[in-house]
Amino acid sequence: MQIIVTGILLGGTYALIALGLTLQYGVARIMNLANGETFVAACFIAFWLFTAMQINPLVGLLVIAPAAFAINWAIYSILLKPLVDRAKNRGMLEVDSILATFGLLFLLQGLMLLAFGGSYFSYTFLAERFMILGNPFGLNRVVAFGAAVVIAVGLYLFLYRTRHGTAVRAVAVDPNSARLVAIDVAKTAAFAFALGGALTACGGALLSTFYTFNASMGVVFTMKALIIVIMGGVGDIRGAVLAALILGVTETAVASLIDPGLTIAATYALFIIVLLFRPQGMFGRQTS
Amino acid sequence: MMTLDQSEIRIGLLGAIAVAALATLPLFSQGYYLSLGVNLMLYAALCTAWTLFSGPTHYISLATAAFFGLGTYTVGLWVDHVPFFALVLGGGVVAAVLAGLVGLATLRLSGVYFVIFTLGLAELVRQLVSWTQTKVSTRMGLYVFTDFTEVHIYWMLLALTVAVFVTGWLIGRSRLGFAMKIIGNDETVARHVGIDTARAKIILFMISGAFIGIAGAISAPRYAYIEPPSAFNPMISFLVVIMALLGGTKRLWGPLVGVIPFTILFDQVSAQFPNHTPIVMGLAFLAIVYLLPDGVTGRLEQLRARTKSSEKKVLEEKVA
Amino acid sequence: MNAILSVDCAQKKFGGLIAVNDVSFDVREGELLGLIGPNGSGKTTMLNLISGALRPSAGEIRLKGERISGHAAHHIARQGVARTFQLVRILPSMTAEENVMAGAVFARNRLWGTNARALARKLLARVGLEGRADMPVASMTYIDQKRIELARALAADPRVLLLDEWLAGLNPTELQIGIALIDDLRREGRTIIMVEHVMDAIRTLCDRCVVMNTGTKIAEGDVSDVLSDPQVVRAYLGDDDDA
Repeated sequence: MQIIVTGILLGGTYALIALGLTLQYGVARIMNLANGETFVAACFIAFWLFTAMQINPLVGLLVIAPAAFAINWAIYSILLKPLVDRAKNRGMLEVDSILATFGLLFLLQGLMLLAFGGSYFSYTFLAERFMILGNPFGLNRVVAFGAAVVIAVGLYLFLYRTRHGTAVRAVAVDPNSARLVAIDVAKTAAFAFALGGALTACGGALLSTFYTFNASMGVVFTMKALIIVIMGGVGDIRGAVLAALILGVTETAVASLIDPGLTIAATYALFIIVLLFRPQGMFGRQTS
Repeated sequence: MMTLDQSEIRIGLLGAIAVAALATLPLFSQGYYLSLGVNLMLYAALCTAWTLFSGPTHYISLATAAFFGLGTYTVGLWVDHVPFFALVLGGGVVAAVLAGLVGLATLRLSGVYFVIFTLGLAELVRQLVSWTQTKVSTRMGLYVFTDFTEVHIYWMLLALTVAVFVTGWLIGRSRLGFAMKIIGNDETVARHVGIDTARAKIILFMISGAFIGIAGAISAPRYAYIEPPSAFNPMISFLVVIMALLGGTKRLWGPLVGVIPFTILFDQVSAQFPNHTPIVMGLAFLAIVYLLPDGVTGRLEQLRARTKSSEKKVLEEKVA
Repeated sequence: MNAILSVDCAQKKFGGLIAVNDVSFDVREGELLGLIGPNGSGKTTMLNLISGALRPSAGEIRLKGERISGHAAHHIARQGVARTFQLVRILPSMTAEENVMAGAVFARNRLWGTNARALARKLLARVGLEGRADMPVASMTYIDQKRIELARALAADPRVLLLDEWLAGLNPTELQIGIALIDDLRREGRTIIMVEHVMDAIRTLCDRCVVMNTGTKIAEGDVSDVLSDPQVVRAYLGDDDDA
C-alpha cells in the first residue's frame, strides 16, 4: 500500500514531463530529447528562488512556467521551425529533430555543469509528515502531487473545453486538414511546443521540492518521459497520465522490493511489454 | 560473382598500401602518438561498424556503448580461463545476441522507437550487470591482466577496421546489401518484392553490433580494471554518432573523415577543458544538423556535382 | 473450376468504416479479371488485402488453395503475387536495371547475379525500354516509370499480377501502347487482376469483371453483361445524390 501511494505521488511529476513531451511530439512533431534539460533547469531555478530569495516553489511556478514557455517558443521558432520547413517527409524531420535536440541536450547540460558542477542539490521544503491511510508520507510529495493534478486538470480543460485547445488537438490529428479549417498550423505548433516546455518546467520545479537533483540527470527523465509517452500513445493525455502513474508505481515497487539499482530495468520491462503487445499505446487504435 | 573490376582492384591495392603504412606507426612512436593512434583506430572501427547499419537504414543507434561494454565484460569475466582470441569472438557473439533482441523488439516499428530504446540500453545493461555481479560475487570490478601492450591493441584494432571494411564491401555486393538499398529507397516496394524488411534490418544490426562488441573485447586489456560505469559509458555511443555523421554515412569510408579531426579535437578538449566536453558535443550535433546534414563527404560530393554541372553548362554554351 | 486465387468473404474495417465488406470472387488461371467501380468503392483496398499491404479484418484469401491472407506482404510476394501501385513507386536512387532486378531477386524467382541482370534486360526490352538499363529512373517520364514498375512486377514471374490503375494518367498514344502491352501479357497466359477506370481498356482486355460499390461486390461476370447491369449503371451514374 505504501508502495502504491509513493509510486502514485512520484507518478504525478512524471505525468507533467510526459504531458510536456507528448504535446511537443504529438502536436509540434518534434521529438524533443532535450526536454529533460528544461526539467532540470526548472529544478535549479526553483532551488535558487527558494534558497536565495525565500520564494515558495509553488509561487515560483508563476515565474518558472511563463519563462519556460517563452524560452521554448524561442527554441522552436529559431532552431526547430527551419527543420520542419526543410523536411521532405516525417522520417527526415524525425532524424533532424532528434539530432538537433541531442545538440541542445549536451549544450544545456554542459552550461549547467559549468554553472553548478556535477554535485547533487536539494533543499528543505515542507518536510513534514502527512498521514495517508495510516502511513506517513512527506508533505512536500503530497503537495507536489496535488499541484501536478491541478495543472493536469487545467491542461485537460484547456484542450477539451476551449476553442484554442481544440485547434491544438486538430493539428495533432492532421495538420493538413487543420490548415483547411483556417487554423494557423505553424503558430499552433509553436504554441504547443512552448506549452509542453512550460508543463515540463512545472514538473521539474515540483520535483525539486522532494528530490535531490544534479545537472546531468536530465537525460534519464527524458527517457522515462519518452517511455511514458509511448505507453500512453503519442498525443494522448489520459494515456500519458495513466502510464506515468503505472511507471511511478512499478519503479517504486522494484526499488523497494528488489533493488534500487534496477529502476531503469523496471522502466524497460514496461517498455518492452508495450512494444511487443501494444506499440500504438494503451488507448491507441490499431492502425494498419 | 567474385570477379573484381578495374576500380575495385585499384581501391583494394590503395587500401592495402594504406593499411601497411598505418601498421608501421608503432615503429615511429610509442608514446602520445601511439595512444592517439589507438583511439583513432578504435573510433574508426566503431564508426564504420555503426555505419554498416545506420548508413543505409537512417536509424540512429545509441546502442554502441552497450555492445562495447558487453565485449569488454566478456573478456573481463573469463580472461583467466579462456584464450583471449576466443573471448574476442565471444564478445562479438554476445553483442550480436543483444542486437538481435533489441532488433526483434523495435525494428518492426518506426525509427523513433528504436532510438528511444537504444538511448537507455547501455544504462539498462549496466544496471543488470552490476546487479548480477552483486548477487553472484562481492566485488564490483574485474581485473584484466594480459601480455598485450598498446602496440598489440593498435594492430588488432587496425585488423578489425579492415575486417569491417571488407565485410561492408561484401554486404554491398550481396543480396542483403541489395535489399538494404531497396529498403532505403522505398520500404513498401521492398516488402512487395518479397523482402522481409524487419529480418534484413535485424541481421545487419547484429553484424554491426558484433563488430562493436569485438572492438570492446579488444580494448579490454587497455583498462586493466573494469567497472560497469566505465565499461558502459554512454558517451561512446554519442561520440560515434557525431563522428560518423560528421564524416557522412553515404560511403563506408565517410565516417573516417569525421573520426580523425574529431578524435583529435575531443582528445585536446578533454585534456585541457574537461568541463567543456558536453558543450563541444552539443555544438557538434548542432553543426551536423544545420551546416553539414550529409556530412563532410556529402558536402564535397555536392560541390563536385555542382562544378561538374557548371562545367557542362560552359561546354554546352560553347557548343551553342 | 480451376481457381488460382480465391477471395472468400474478405472484409476490411478502418475503425468504424467498412472499406471492403464480405467480398468473394475467384480468379481462374490465365484469366484477366477487371476490378472496377466508382471512386472510393474499395477496389484498391481489395488489392491491398490480396498483396498483403493490409490484413483483412475477416474472411480468407487463398492462392492455389493455400491461405495467404494474414501473412506479411513479403511472404505473399514470395508465394507469387506481384503488383504495381496506384501512384507509381520507383526506386529513385537506382538505375532502371536495378529497379527491375529488385523484382527478380527476392520473390518467387530468387535469381541473383548475371541471371537476374539478364532477366532485367530482357524485361526492359519487353516493356519498351531497351538500351536504357543504366539510366537513373528518377529522370524518366511518367509512362517510362510505369513501364519500370511493370517490368519489376514481371521479374518475379508472378502467379498473379495485380495492376492498380496502371493505365491511369497516360495520354491517348501512350494508352494504346499500354493496352497492347497488357494484351500481350494476357496472351502469354499471365493471370492478372486489373483495377481500372479506363473503360476502353476494360472492354478490350478483360475476360471477366467484378464490380464494387461502397465496399461490396454488386456484380460479376462477362464484361458487356456486367456493364449493362442496371445496378452497375446506377453505381456509376448515381440515382440522385451521387454525381
